[in-house]
Amino acid sequence: MSATLQVRVWRGGARGAYREYEVPRRESQTVLDVVTHIQRAIDPTLAYRYACRVGMCGSCAMTVNGAPRWTCRTHVDKVARDGRLAIAPLRNLPVIRDLVADMREFFDKWARAQGQFKGARTRADDFERISPDSEARRRADAAIECIGCGVCYAACDVVAANPGYLGPAALNRAWTLVNDARDTAQGARLRAVAGDRASLACHTHMSCTERCPKALSPTAGIAGLKRAISRAALQGKL
Amino acid sequence: MSRRTETLLWMAQRASAAVLALCVLVHLATIIYAVQGGLTGAEILARTRGNTAWFAFYAVFVLAVAVHAPIGLRVVLAEWFGWRGRARDFALIAFAVVLAGMGFQAVRGVYA
Repeated sequence: MSATLQVRVWRGGARGAYREYEVPRRESQTVLDVVTHIQRAIDPTLAYRYACRVGMCGSCAMTVNGAPRWTCRTHVDKVARDGRLAIAPLRNLPVIRDLVADMREFFDKWARAQGQFKGARTRADDFERISPDSEARRRADAAIECIGCGVCYAACDVVAANPGYLGPAALNRAWTLVNDARDTAQGARLRAVAGDRASLACHTHMSCTERCPKALSPTAGIAGLKRAISRAALQGKL
Repeated sequence: MSRRTETLLWMAQRASAAVLALCVLVHLATIIYAVQGGLTGAEILARTRGNTAWFAFYAVFVLAVAVHAPIGLRVVLAEWFGWRGRARDFALIAFAVVLAGMGFQAVRGVYA
C-alpha cells in the first residue's frame, strides 16, 4: 500500500474540470473518507453530499473511476488503480456543484411513474390480510428495499440516450405497487409506465442490476411491467 | 402517439422477432443445403416456381421484416438522432412500404 493516493475530483458545474489532490492512504479507507479528508484538510470549498455513512440513506452516491457507487460502502482497496481515484458527480443528472448532483428530476420521475401508494381503506378499517407466501407479495419483496440512491439511474445508458425515460428506480417502485393487492390506482399506474419513455424503452442492458448496491434487479421488475402492460393493451385497458 | 399504440408496436416488434428467428434459420439452412447439393440458379428456380409452400414462407419472412425493421429504427432514430414525432413515424411507414415492396418483388421473382 502506497503512502498517498492521487485523487482527481470534479470541481465546478457541468462545465467544470478535474482537480488533483494528494490524500494520505489509510487502512480500511472508504471513498467517502477520501472526499471528507479533502474537504476538511485540503479544500473546504468542496461540495459533496452524505448523511449516514453506513449504506442506509443513499445520499453519497458518486461516480468513482467511471462507475456509480455508494462512496461510504466502497473501499479504496477495491477501486483504486495504481493508487489513483477519479471521483465525479452521478451521471445523467444536472450537476449543482462539484460532487453534488441535482436529484429533482430523478424523484419527479418516481411521481410520474405513479410511485405513490393509493389505498381505499381508512384507519377505521381492519388490516388487509396478505399472505407473505403469495406470488405477488414475493415479487414486491424482491424489489422493495430500494433506498433511492440514484446509482441505477446513473448507470443506465437508456436514460443517457433518452432523457425523458423514467429510469430503473422509478419503474422498480411502480413494480412493487403493481404487486400490491391493496393499491387502487393500478390502471393509471400501468398507463404511466407504458410507452416510449417508460418501461418499453428499457433495452435490458442490465447496468442497473449490475450496479445496484442493494443487489436488486430493476431489470426483472421492468420485464414484469412489460408483461403487465402487454396484457392490458390486448385487453384494451391501457 | 397513444401509449396503447406504442405498446402494440412494441409487441409487434417482439412477435416479428420471434417469427424472424425461425425464418432466418430455415433460410440459412436452405442456402447451405442448396449450395452443398451443387444446385444451379436455374435448378433452384425450377423448385421454387409455382411452389405455394415456399411462396407462403417467404411472404411471411418479408412481412416480418417490414414490421420489425421500421419499429426498431424508430427507437434508433429517437435515441441516436433525437428524431421523434409524426414526421419520423410517417417516414418509417414509407420505409416499411418500400421494404415490403422490394421483398415481395423478390418473392414474386422466385415464384412466378
